[in-house]
Amino acid sequence: MSETVRKSVLAVGPFHPLQEEMEFFQLTVDGETVTDINVRLSYNHRGIEKLSETLQFDQIPFLVSRICGICSASHPLAYVQAVEEIAQVEVPERALYVRTIINELERIHSHLLWVGLAGHFIGYDTVFMWAWKYREPVLDLLEEITGNRNNYGNVKVGGCREDVPDELKPKILAELDVIEQKTEMLTKAVLDDPVLHARLKGVGILKKDDAVKFAVTGPTARGSGVDIDVRHDDTYAAYGALDWKVISQPEGDVFAKAVVRLLETFESIKMVREALRKLPKGPVAAEVKEIPPGEGCGHAEAPRGETFHYVRSDGGNRPVRHKVRAPSYVNVPSFKASCIGEHIADVTLTLAAVDPCYSCTERVAVVDGRRQVVHNYASLLQLSREKTARLRKEIGAPEMKLEDL
Amino acid sequence: MIREELDRRLAEVEEKLIGIERTRDNRIYLLCDAENVYSICQFLFDELALRFVISSGVDAEHCFEVLHHFSADACGCVVTVKAFIRDRAAPEIESITPLIPGAEWIEREMHDILGIHFKNHPNLQRLILHDDWPQGVYPLRKEVQL
Repeated sequence: MSETVRKSVLAVGPFHPLQEEMEFFQLTVDGETVTDINVRLSYNHRGIEKLSETLQFDQIPFLVSRICGICSASHPLAYVQAVEEIAQVEVPERALYVRTIINELERIHSHLLWVGLAGHFIGYDTVFMWAWKYREPVLDLLEEITGNRNNYGNVKVGGCREDVPDELKPKILAELDVIEQKTEMLTKAVLDDPVLHARLKGVGILKKDDAVKFAVTGPTARGSGVDIDVRHDDTYAAYGALDWKVISQPEGDVFAKAVVRLLETFESIKMVREALRKLPKGPVAAEVKEIPPGEGCGHAEAPRGETFHYVRSDGGNRPVRHKVRAPSYVNVPSFKASCIGEHIADVTLTLAAVDPCYSCTERVAVVDGRRQVVHNYASLLQLSREKTARLRKEIGAPEMKLEDL
Repeated sequence: MIREELDRRLAEVEEKLIGIERTRDNRIYLLCDAENVYSICQFLFDELALRFVISSGVDAEHCFEVLHHFSADACGCVVTVKAFIRDRAAPEIESITPLIPGAEWIEREMHDILGIHFKNHPNLQRLILHDDWPQGVYPLRKEVQL
C-alpha cells in the first residue's frame, strides 16, 4: 500500500477575523508550525477604480474616502494631490495646515485603535479598554471640525471644505494634553511589561531585506528598520514646516511595530500642536476651473503606510484612469516572509501587526488533517491568550486588572 | 541619493527608452517598449535601490500601458516606467515578480481585469475575479460599460 502524505491546511477565512475585507488565508501547518501560506482575496471588491471613471473630479474625494473608514483622510488627500499636480494648482497655505491637522488626528486615533486591538488579541483586554477610551475624544474633535467622526469629506481639489475654527483651538490643545498623558501611561505600561516583552519580541520577524523585496510601507517598514515616510521624503501639506522625526526600529518583530506606532502617536500630537500654533490666516480653498489633460501621482502617509493614487485626465471632467494603492496591498503579502516558521498561536498576532484594515466578521476554521482537530476563531484566540498566560506565569507577573488603570 | 545623481544614473538606461518625460521636478516618466521593461525595472530596483510602489494598467486607445511606479525615497522622486503593449489582441509583457516579489498581486490583478498576460509570472492565478467569472471578459477595459 502506498503511503499518501497529507498536508494539514489551516483555513483562515473567507471572512478574516482581523481584516475589513474578506480574505482567505490557507496556512499549511506541520503540527503547530506554519510552513506555507496562500491567500485568496477580493471577496469584497467594490470596483472603485472603475466607478471613479464615471464620476467627476470633484465627486471622487467622497468616493475614495470610503475606501477605508479609518484612512478616510489620507485617500482623498493623495487623490487631490494627484489632481492638483495635473492642474498645477497652488493650494492656500492655511489649507495645507488644516490638511496636516486632520491627517495627524487621524493617525492618533488609528494608532490607538491598533494598540487596543493588539492587546485584545493577546488577552490584554485592559489595554483594549484603555486605548479605545482615549481614542474617543479624538473622534469627537474630528467631528467638531469636519462634521463627521470618519469619512470627513474635508479635502477637495484646491484646498479644504471646512476650516479649523480659531475658537476650537483651546479645546483641541486641552484634549491633546490629556491624550498625550494617557498615551505616555500606555506606552510605559507596554515598554515596562515583562510579559509583553516575552510575548511580542522575536515574534513574526520581517527582516529588512524582505521588507524591501515585498515593498512594504508605513510602520511595517519602519518596524523593520526601513526609515521611509512620505511625509518626510516627498513632503506635502505642511509637514515640511513642522519639527518632527521619523520613528524607526531595527528589530522587525511585533514589539518593534508596536513601539513605532506608540512613539509616532507622540510625534503626531506634537505636530498638531505646532500646526495649530502656526496656522496662518487666509482662505482654505483656491478656485479650480478645469482639469487639463495630463497625469499625476499623489501619495500620502496614511496611518498604515503610503497611500498612492495615479490619475490620468484627457481634459474632460472625469478621469480616464484612476489607480489606487492602499498600504495594506503591499503590507499583507509580507506575511509570506513573516509567518512561515511561526507558531499558529502567533499567526493571529503577526497578521494583526501590519495593521490591515480591521472591521471584523469573525469566522475562522482551522482543520488539522493529521489529528482531525477543528479550531474556530474563538479557539485560535484562546491559543494566543493561553500563550500569554503561560508566559506570565513563568515570569511570575501579576494579573493586570482594569482597576489598576 | 540626491536628485542630480538620480538624473545622472537614469541616463545609463537611456538607449532602452523611447523618451523621458518630466511633469514636475520630482515626477519622472520613463517611456519604453514592452520588451525592455524587465531590464529597466531591474536597473531601478537592483542598481538604484528604488522602492517598488505599485503598477497601474491602462487601457489606452491603441495600446495597453503598464506603468510600474517606483519611489526614490531619498530624494522624494516618483519614477514611473511606462511600457507600451501595442498588440491589443494578445497583450503580453514580461513579469517583474521574479525580481520584486511585492509585484505578484498587482500583476495578477492586471491579468484579471485588463487581460494582460505576464510572462514568467510564478503564480498567475486569479486574484480579483471570482473563479466563475466568464473567461475573456476584462472589467477594466473601456468596452465594458457600467
